[in-house]
Amino acid sequence: MPYMQSSRKKLFLVRKLSKGVYIIGSGEAKYGELWDRSLREIAVEAGLKAVESAGIRTKDLGAIYMGNSLGGDISMQEHLSALMSDHAGIASEFVPSVRVEASTASGAAAFREAYLGIKSGEYEIAMVGGAEKMTELYGSEIIDITSSIIDREWEAFTGATPAALAAISARKYMADFNVPREILAHISVNDHANASLNENAHFRNKISLEQALNATPIAEPLNLMDCAPLSDGASSLILASENYVKEHGIEGVKIMGSAMSQGEFALHSRKSLYTVEPTRIAAETALKQAGIGIKDISMVEIHDSYSIYGLMALEDLGFAKKGNAREIVENGIGIDGNLPVNPSGGLKAKGFPYGASGVGQIVEAYNQLKNKAGKRQVKNARYAMTHSQAGSGAASIVHILGVE
Amino acid sequence: MGELSRMWREMPSRYRMEGRKCENCSRVYFPPRDICPVCHRDSIGKMKPVDIAGNGEIISYTVVHETPPAFIRQKPYVLAIIKLDEGPMITGQIVDSEPEEIKMGSRVKSVFRRISEDGKSGVIHYGYKFTLDK
Ligand SMILES: [Zn+2]
Repeated sequence: MPYMQSSRKKLFLVRKLSKGVYIIGSGEAKYGELWDRSLREIAVEAGLKAVESAGIRTKDLGAIYMGNSLGGDISMQEHLSALMSDHAGIASEFVPSVRVEASTASGAAAFREAYLGIKSGEYEIAMVGGAEKMTELYGSEIIDITSSIIDREWEAFTGATPAALAAISARKYMADFNVPREILAHISVNDHANASLNENAHFRNKISLEQALNATPIAEPLNLMDCAPLSDGASSLILASENYVKEHGIEGVKIMGSAMSQGEFALHSRKSLYTVEPTRIAAETALKQAGIGIKDISMVEIHDSYSIYGLMALEDLGFAKKGNAREIVENGIGIDGNLPVNPSGGLKAKGFPYGASGVGQIVEAYNQLKNKAGKRQVKNARYAMTHSQAGSGAASIVHILGVE
Repeated sequence: MGELSRMWREMPSRYRMEGRKCENCSRVYFPPRDICPVCHRDSIGKMKPVDIAGNGEIISYTVVHETPPAFIRQKPYVLAIIKLDEGPMITGQIVDSEPEEIKMGSRVKSVFRRISEDGKSGVIHYGYKFTLDK
């Protein structure tokens, strides 16, 4: 029966390709306003820490993927992958390296490329780095440069900024679902509380609801405390194949789901001002790959570059129906809450170095699942979800990590 | 805010709101698109210029306080997403009104205005903004 033969052959091929990919090490340079440190310094620090934590040598690396969003505009430095590789002393090993760019989701995109590189069978070990230096410029020039993550010709040209677009989504959301500003503010208050326990975080101070509600307006109804800061920072991870992990008896964290989805670029082109369809699709796909349901998730790192995006993400990821994220917030999003959200401190308080954040979220998930998160350890963490969003929601990347 | 060619290339759309109409499905696009996202390859060569009247309704808005350098002299300003009567939604400023007068659902019409300036001696960019249609 020729049909059976061919289908059996296909089955074999699928099984061979579907070998698992594991995270085996992580490293970070502290996030913050690092006036005395350069882009290359922080990128190298995070990378070498990750190599050390994985117990490998740089010569073991099959490939390097660097996430970086605005290095060309801010630091006038492109080709960050080469810079990092050389200054980490890896150049003499001639390891292939590439920079991956997907605006504020660059880090998660680099991670996904590394995952695919190993899953394809091409590499046994890969390094992922994410690095960004946001504080290199003075004054409002940085607002023009960060506006390159939105449509330059038809959004930024008219005076739109990333914050302004988030504010437009926020006003519509608050009106349609009768949600008060307090619910948005809770996202930031929670981030600061968690970051106070994270020594790598940009902000270590807790903030009260009153402080969050009464800060300087940025783009109404959003104020300074609704907006993630401009941070420098770098994060890194080492990924390895199932073969490698088994051969060396390493207890890695498995990447159970990895999905990216891309929708319309400009906010005005989307059907809804407060639904990020790519988030919904990526989450659904990643959960299906992992073979688990949204209720199985022990903790989530969400892309709350603006507080409103935190609420939208909780809904689009599937934790609540559209307009109902307030229920999740009210049921507790703290480290001991019903659904621990952003134990790292999130983009608002751990900090928001564009190309690093997506990697940093996965560093947090990895440490939580390894039970190495110290004072901010989520109890019985088994499955972690991470969500990274590009710009105002043009694209989203969702990962699910787990321990057996 | 970039080179001069980037500005004059878009002049028909910025100055008199020229959009595109897909002659395969009759949908209107503004900002202009070269391919209809509904008809895909069936729209190739069928995206024809169409004038947008510039009337519409505010879907949502914000008052912007933190601005890029080219907009500092205008702050704070109202930025909105407007649904045009022809169908598409676009982003633009609402001028000549106090923020308190602006509501979601307010009717607006387009006006030709100065958009931004590249410093004291740089290029001045012009294009559409909107005023309340009282
Ligand atoms: Zn069409």
